[in-house]
Amino acid sequence: MTDARPPVVDMRKIAKRFGAVVALRGVDLELYAGEALGLVGDNAAGKSTLMKVLSGAYSPDAGTIRLDGEEVAFAGPLHARDRGIEMVYQDFALVPELDVAQNIFLGREITERRLGVETLKTKQMRERALALFENLGLRVPPVTTPVRALSGGQQQAVAVARATAFEARVVIMDEPTANLGASAIEKVRETILTLKSRGIGVILISHRLEDVFEVGDRLMVMKHGRVVGARKTSETDVAEVVHMIVAGQEPVSAAAQPAS
Amino acid sequence: MFNPRQLALFAVRYGLFIALGVWCLAMALASEHFLTWLNILNVLRQAAPIIIIGIGMTFVIATAGIDLSVGAMVALVSVVCAELFTLGAPMAAVFVAAIAVGALGGAVNGLFVRFGLPAFVVTLAALTYLRGIGFVISDGYATPITSEAFNWLGRGRIFGLHTPIVIAAIVAVIGWFILTRTRFGLYVLAVGGREDAARAMGVATGRIKLIVYTATGALAALGGMILSARLSNGSPNAGIMLELDVIAATVLGGTSLFGGTASIGGTIAGAIFLNAVRNGLNLMGVNPFWVQVVTGVILLLAIVLNVIVNRRVEEWARLSGKDDDGD
Repeated sequence: MTDARPPVVDMRKIAKRFGAVVALRGVDLELYAGEALGLVGDNAAGKSTLMKVLSGAYSPDAGTIRLDGEEVAFAGPLHARDRGIEMVYQDFALVPELDVAQNIFLGREITERRLGVETLKTKQMRERALALFENLGLRVPPVTTPVRALSGGQQQAVAVARATAFEARVVIMDEPTANLGASAIEKVRETILTLKSRGIGVILISHRLEDVFEVGDRLMVMKHGRVVGARKTSETDVAEVVHMIVAGQEPVSAAAQPAS
Repeated sequence: MFNPRQLALFAVRYGLFIALGVWCLAMALASEHFLTWLNILNVLRQAAPIIIIGIGMTFVIATAGIDLSVGAMVALVSVVCAELFTLGAPMAAVFVAAIAVGALGGAVNGLFVRFGLPAFVVTLAALTYLRGIGFVISDGYATPITSEAFNWLGRGRIFGLHTPIVIAAIVAVIGWFILTRTRFGLYVLAVGGREDAARAMGVATGRIKLIVYTATGALAALGGMILSARLSNGSPNAGIMLELDVIAATVLGGTSLFGGTASIGGTIAGAIFLNAVRNGLNLMGVNPFWVQVVTGVILLLAIVLNVIVNRRVEEWARLSGKDDDGD
């Protein structure tokens, strides 16, 4: 969090509406390399919409997105992925019937031309997938196992491995600890710390404030499409954050101070 | 050696091949004609059009779709070929036109499926109107086809093998290659496995669907030409209920009706199995009406295996294999 460098992600005055529903009303977001930002708020606060704008699934009605200071406009999720913005979906977005390696490389297969025909380099993808898990310090499920044969925690590991396989600069995790057991949750936390130590910026959407406090450097509270407040996790506590989530405004005692 | 889990998995995964082996063994004992070169070629030749169209069907079902219109497409192509020959068209032009008709009909199916309509209904409609067009063009009459070049497709031989067998083998190899070695094959499985996940990863799911239906239409046209060539006849009544044989062969072969898994080898074995059963029953002098009953029962068994037993056994194998990989 050296504020001298430009942020990896710099979103300014992002607005998005769906028909009569205003989902985002001019949201700012900054994310620095190697930090984890918790994005919290009630349902329909606009967290997911904001992340879908960042990951290229939605294009904003207004506002700008800069990556390392350079303004970008994403044509779609693939475009955002090419620029190093990866998303780990809440439901993991894995194809159950395909094996681990196939899922990791889905959409970005390694191929070669043989007699003019583009063919998959399956062996190489399996080796790369294996290396990826080792690199992340994750337990390696056999990369030829179909994903449907894996536990929830293992599927999460595959989704994370996929997100980091292609020189990601930003990894967005949507409720990564929902539906996981205690040991798998611990694994996710460790993974986030590993990503941070590699200089990857992590955005963590989570209902579980304990996860945000455990691994997050900062957090941002949203409500009704606005940012209600932002804090360093070391300078706030669960009670204050819950108050902001529920009340949709800065606590009165803090209102006199300049917002971070 | 094998534990029960591995044995059960083996039985489920290779059940069809085992059944085919057992059937051939039983028929070989029951009839001296069954395991003759002549009869084997006969079975393969009859299976050939089912295999050719079944390769396309394998891709369609792998995307969790279905194409009920292939039999009707066979009829339409049969009529179109005969009409074109009576108009004096040369063989090459007829061949290209037939494939184009098949691809076009398939593309129309694919377009509607792409818009999110259920494949079952879209292709059921196509089944009706495609054969209807065949009747309109032919006025309901069958027309002889005299082109030697065309009839060679159904009756000729290449190195002692019947042309349909050779064509089926070529189509199967290409289909196997595309399914297992190319990005397209992987995307077909991804679309059938979980479409939204495939889309999130940038797979153009709509285009994949359009292509598999188009290709299946074209393959139905190829199968239709072979069937018409064998009978030297263009008839709007060709290929009645053929779609069921093709679907039965595909499902017997282990391609999941829910999409996501597919086997070209399975489809080939399924088509051969269906025809070996019919052939064996014929050789034993069983009433042909019963043959139809048996075919239906086999289809039912195939679906039970495909939908219920497969899942249960795989699930069970997965759970009982849990103890050796922790979380």
